[in-house]
Amino acid sequence: MGKITLHQVRKSFGEVDVIPGIDLTIEDGEFVVFVGPSGCGKSTLLRLIAGLEDTTAGTMQIDGREATHLPPAQRGLAMVFQSYALYPHMTVRKNIAFPLKMAGMTAAEQEAKVQHAAKILNLTNYLDRRPGQLSGGQRQRVAIGRAIVREPAAFLFDEPLSNLDAALRVTMRQEISELHQSLKTTMIYVTHDQVEAMTMADKIVVLNAGRVEQVGSPLDLYHSPRNLFVAGFIGSPKMNLITGAEAAKYNCTTLGVRPEHIRVGEGPWQGVVGLSEHLGSDSFIKVEVDGIGTINVRASGEIGVHHGDPIKLSPDMDKLHRFDGEGLALK
Amino acid sequence: MARHVTTQRRAINSAAAWTVALMLFFPILWTVLTSFKPEAQAVASPPIFLGFDWTLQNYVDVNEQRDYFRYFVNSVIIALGSTALGLVLAIPAAWSMAFVPGRKTKDLLMWMLSTKMMPAVGVLVPIYLLFKTLGLLDTRVGLVVVLTLMNLPIIVWMLYTYFKEIPGEILEAARMDGATLKSEILYVLTPMAVPGIASTVLLNIILAWNEAFWTINLTVTDAAPLTKFISGFSSPQGLFYAKLSAASTMAIAPILIMGWFSQKQLVRGLTFGAVK
Repeated sequence: MGKITLHQVRKSFGEVDVIPGIDLTIEDGEFVVFVGPSGCGKSTLLRLIAGLEDTTAGTMQIDGREATHLPPAQRGLAMVFQSYALYPHMTVRKNIAFPLKMAGMTAAEQEAKVQHAAKILNLTNYLDRRPGQLSGGQRQRVAIGRAIVREPAAFLFDEPLSNLDAALRVTMRQEISELHQSLKTTMIYVTHDQVEAMTMADKIVVLNAGRVEQVGSPLDLYHSPRNLFVAGFIGSPKMNLITGAEAAKYNCTTLGVRPEHIRVGEGPWQGVVGLSEHLGSDSFIKVEVDGIGTINVRASGEIGVHHGDPIKLSPDMDKLHRFDGEGLALK
Repeated sequence: MARHVTTQRRAINSAAAWTVALMLFFPILWTVLTSFKPEAQAVASPPIFLGFDWTLQNYVDVNEQRDYFRYFVNSVIIALGSTALGLVLAIPAAWSMAFVPGRKTKDLLMWMLSTKMMPAVGVLVPIYLLFKTLGLLDTRVGLVVVLTLMNLPIIVWMLYTYFKEIPGEILEAARMDGATLKSEILYVLTPMAVPGIASTVLLNIILAWNEAFWTINLTVTDAAPLTKFISGFSSPQGLFYAKLSAASTMAIAPILIMGWFSQKQLVRGLTFGAVK
């Protein structure tokens, strides 16, 4: 069981309110991703849940139990750190067994659990090595192993993949998702990478300056961003945000169109191709549109346009996003 | 062409390094050579470098005049004692400054180090009087205390630097894993800090062993260490260079040998924060 409830949780460092007050419920078994730009308070929020930081105000329940002032070890949570935080002087076996040793388990019980975790994570052949003798991906697995053996109410991941190279990141991302499916334990995952958020999460919490901008499933956020911040943050490449006379035609202050929701060929927007990137499967084209400015377009890989070509664009009318003067989405 | 310049540059650097090293080492070499000369040849002019009549007589004379072993034991006790006491005081201090720093921690560290900038002779009289009143003059306990206090700022600084190098996330991981403060210190922090603690110990032993100002001024016979042993040969009957050199060689030999065997550890320790 791993339901976590935050009620008006606030965190200040001196005069600075890093988190001005958050209400959030994380259901048992959910994979929740906290996403936002650097400095938005996502890691602080995770550390508050972990108990590594004291809350300035508000309350927190884990499994219905009051946990606001519990020390980290008594919260029943396990954390995987960005730097892995393995104990460098211990072997992989001792690293994974450490929480069990702290819990006072017998050597036999420890060994059985270590073997089980090592099997799940393909670490059986590395148990007698030290962290320094492992690759980045293997270290990450050891850190996860150390978390698994505790059988926690929830796993907390603090940007666990940011030290890995691009290819390994994709593999580890899938491994963590598979792990979630097999363990069915609550996972809270912090990242600034919206691709990780979109691919892994059941529920995404978008944070900005310590405030929750929107909570929802990845596709909810993609299709119905609540405001300009979420619209600009979720989706890759970014949504085009158009202001001025063109937006006024649609009765809004800002008009949002995703690059993949613009068709090339005929249409009301006329412009000239600037930079174009042809990836084979897709082409990303920057178009300088008369009276609007630069528009990013995601077109099929076969499109044969080049720098300086005249081009006409039409947005998908049913996929436009309209925002008012305060940046909130209009229905 | 580029390679040629590199080789030449390397040769010049090497020659310069050797010159500096030999210049630094020469006084020690000269002392050792002099200790094997007859008294007359020790003061010969021009000086004789190697072509003298080698003798061990100075060592025999020195040992007959004074009991080397007693001074040696005092040096060992004072060096180890002040190091142990220093560590007991400095480890908790450095720990709290590294892991639970306050707003004034940096100032406190600077203040501690600034006490080392004051000349020792400035506080000689008050400390002498204090020792006299407390009956600590010419006692090993007194010297252990005073050398601990003299070296404490350096020990705290060094340990603080090492502890700062230990990533906070590892300690947080231990806390998440259910470690109490005691287990955290015992199983995680201490094993990781061992290299740093070891080099601090080595350096402090060397500093305490070599300390001459306090050891000479606060002792007479009972607690006198090897520094007093050397200075004893520098006066009343006039200078006997060969005997003085023999005494000096015997005084510095133990610490030189220790330094030689632990130089790797020392260099690693002293450059800990600089090169990761």
